[in-house]
Amino acid sequence: MGKRVLLIEDEPNIIEAISFILSRDGWDVDTHANGIDAVDKVIARQPDLVILDVMLPGRSGFDILRDLRAHDGTAALPVLMLTARGQTKDRETAKALGVSRFMTKPFSNAEVLESVRSLANGVEAPQ
Amino acid sequence: MSRSALTGSRIRERRSMMEMRQADLARHVGISASYLNLIEHNRRRIGGKLLMDIASALQIEPAALSEGAEAHLVARLREAAADGGKRTEIERVDEFAGRFPGWAELVVEKQRRIAALERTVEVLTDRLTHDPFLSAALHDILTAVASIRSTSSILVETPELEPEWRGRFQRNINEDSQRLSEASRSLVSYLDGVDDIDASSTSPQEELEAFLATHDFHFPDLEESPTEETINQLINGVDLLRSTSAQALAVSHLTQYVQDAQRLPLTRLRSVLGTYGLDPSALAANTGVDLPLLFRRLAALPKELEYGPIGLVVCDASGTLIFRKQIEGFPLPRFGAACPLWPLFRALSQPMMPLMMDLTQAGRGAGHFRSYSIAQAVGDVSFGKSMRFEASMLVIPEEAGVEKDYELVGVSCRICPSATCGARREPSILAEGF
Repeated sequence: MGKRVLLIEDEPNIIEAISFILSRDGWDVDTHANGIDAVDKVIARQPDLVILDVMLPGRSGFDILRDLRAHDGTAALPVLMLTARGQTKDRETAKALGVSRFMTKPFSNAEVLESVRSLANGVEAPQ
Repeated sequence: MSRSALTGSRIRERRSMMEMRQADLARHVGISASYLNLIEHNRRRIGGKLLMDIASALQIEPAALSEGAEAHLVARLREAAADGGKRTEIERVDEFAGRFPGWAELVVEKQRRIAALERTVEVLTDRLTHDPFLSAALHDILTAVASIRSTSSILVETPELEPEWRGRFQRNINEDSQRLSEASRSLVSYLDGVDDIDASSTSPQEELEAFLATHDFHFPDLEESPTEETINQLINGVDLLRSTSAQALAVSHLTQYVQDAQRLPLTRLRSVLGTYGLDPSALAANTGVDLPLLFRRLAALPKELEYGPIGLVVCDASGTLIFRKQIEGFPLPRFGAACPLWPLFRALSQPMMPLMMDLTQAGRGAGHFRSYSIAQAVGDVSFGKSMRFEASMLVIPEEAGVEKDYELVGVSCRICPSATCGARREPSILAEGF
């Protein structure tokens, strides 16, 4: 089984597209569509990497990231943040909270793949 | 040099324009040339019959030579200098206005134009930063574009894609393109309304404020024995109240208006205003109403009473502005948080404590205002229940030229030029831009 990615995103078609490209690349993809219990989901699933949208129903990606960094088991977990808000302020907020990488929509599939690979396993895709 | 000195400079200017010799003008009005010389060099005051005679000889209205117009011009020039003219020779402003009235008018006009443009920039920037509709529309568009881009890449770059997946992704693209088209159309429609900044309302609260503004915040029909039908007649079919939320806010506001008018009728308010003037403490003490109610009644005074513009802003315990009546020179933020230095927020931390503070807004033409603030519990107060607080701040313009210490405040951090403010939350777009 490949390494595990948890995709926390509420847009069904983006979930489907990212899940598809990561699955084809050998990743075991799990998804979650709301912010309220996202932290619990991460702790329960213990993924190798999280892809986290900023604007989620119930709770923002920033709040989730803050909690993940405060929790011993997820403090060092690689988190790739996706957002439609590319403002400098958001980027700085994410950086201050300890994001691993920040990517603005619209992104290319190649960018997502490259980021996931390099964050989770150096530059190699998991097999 | 006193302001009255200007008159002499204007006489000299006008005489020169008419190519009239000093001696000729002096003879025409029956004074010596040397005395006229003293007048023209602002060493003798002038008024009354002599001013009338000189104005007549110079074929100009006496008012054009007298202090009133000049004082107004000089006041505007002083405001322009206060707004950033660090190297202006402020001590020679009278001379400048008197000798070069045309240039002085131009400076004043340009200053007025700059202030208007700054306001436009502020409103648009504020909207771009905080407007919830714009933010949501752009988020929808970018999300749809991201999905289409990702999905179409899969279709193009995966030739061996199974028919089931291909069909599913094509459906997704179709869905997203429809969403994109709706979001784009909605955004264009919204931006079309930006031309008229002041008339473009984006939230129910703004719709309500636009509606109230068209009535000058005063409703004669609600002052005496109104019925529920009276309120309905005022808001039914009003274009400015487009959303049902705005209509609900309007009903709530006008219902409160009726209750306030019953507790403090306009006739009674006029009477005590005639006795005590715009002194909220005296007015409240002599009418028996609480200050927030009094503030609301003062902000709803009819224009014909000629008490001038009276602003009012109300916030809830979170600091969110829930009512705004803006007046010239003291703008209020349309979106986002206001200046934390406002006494409105200080009042929240000292409930029931009336605060009076003299204010001037940074970079705002040095307008001066007296503010009255108080925070008070609203709704039912009972044991065992937490109280809900609201704060109100009444803002009344002050006459120019009153010498006292004014507290420097802003509108909101993002559009405030006060670079060294310790209460700043975020950088200002104006600090460097203007």
